[in-house]
Amino acid sequence: MSADTDPSQTAPASAWGECLAGIKAELPLLLGVVPFGLIFGVLGLAAGLPAWGVVAMSSVVFGGSSQVVFAQLWGAQVPAPVIAATVGVVNLRHALYSASLAQYLRELPMRWRVLLAYLLTDEAYAPTIRRFADGPATPNRHWFLFGAGFTLWASWQLSTVAGVLLGAAIPASWSLDFSIALTFIALLLPGIHRRSELVAALVAGTVALAAQGLPHKLWIIAAAVAGIAAGAASRRFDRRAGHA
Amino acid sequence: MRDGIGLVLTLVACGAVTFLTRFSFIAGGRWLALGPRLQALLRYVPPAVLAALIAPEIFVRDGVVALSLLSPRPIAALLAALVALYTRSVSLTIGAGLLALWLAQHFLP
Repeated sequence: MSADTDPSQTAPASAWGECLAGIKAELPLLLGVVPFGLIFGVLGLAAGLPAWGVVAMSSVVFGGSSQVVFAQLWGAQVPAPVIAATVGVVNLRHALYSASLAQYLRELPMRWRVLLAYLLTDEAYAPTIRRFADGPATPNRHWFLFGAGFTLWASWQLSTVAGVLLGAAIPASWSLDFSIALTFIALLLPGIHRRSELVAALVAGTVALAAQGLPHKLWIIAAAVAGIAAGAASRRFDRRAGHA
Repeated sequence: MRDGIGLVLTLVACGAVTFLTRFSFIAGGRWLALGPRLQALLRYVPPAVLAALIAPEIFVRDGVVALSLLSPRPIAALLAALVALYTRSVSLTIGAGLLALWLAQHFLP
């Protein structure tokens, strides 16, 4: 990010100025978000969801990986409580974002906190925590999160609709449902930095296959729990410093 | 549960779960304590859940586990994994993976 768009250096004090700074900080991140929204629209249809369900999900759930998980599990006839539980597990990291932003939003009225919590995604959190932690503590700084979050929200809705329109024109023989697995591969591999994380992934993948016969599609929960436990148990094999 | 009403209810449930996770600490209560042990566990949630979701997409066909590596989906997944590691781009990974899948489906028996 260049110096003139760095929100921590030139944070304006007015509400609109903060909002604009948030929008500017969000724009580069849209390069990754818009194609993902398009892909979600296409793969949601490929997974067997109706078009209205795909479009509604982008505003009701509003979370890329949660929505891809939803589409995959709905397509695999997984019962609703297991879908909701899996989405909850996929979302746990948002509790960390919530915890880290809470101190900056404490003084706001409840309606503001509800709105900002709804807009709190990975891509809105990343620039906002920089602004909050490094920038001046001005009374309007929550508008920065609003500007970043709303920019992302609007782009996500539009790209989902575009993806649905595109997906409706693509025949099933193109195997586009496989893009769900490919999305997860793209999210999984760059995030593995330690041996214990690799262990968590390998154990979870193996248990997911071995437990396919469990009733109510409980293999998902079984595999997630086994993987998390295996990762935690193998922590002592991680190197203390450098890349693992 | 597979009809429109079922889909609406599942959507609302997942939306509520997602919102409540994001709202948890911002809501302001002190009812949630995120200790260091829980934080250490959270680190393993993404790799475990993602791998659990990936494996059946690659190795389960029509409800049967097939561990053959020389079939289109495992080959495409391996190539996509390499692209993901080197480019870190979701779009390029999906593009390369789909291309590999189409080629493998065309050329493998």
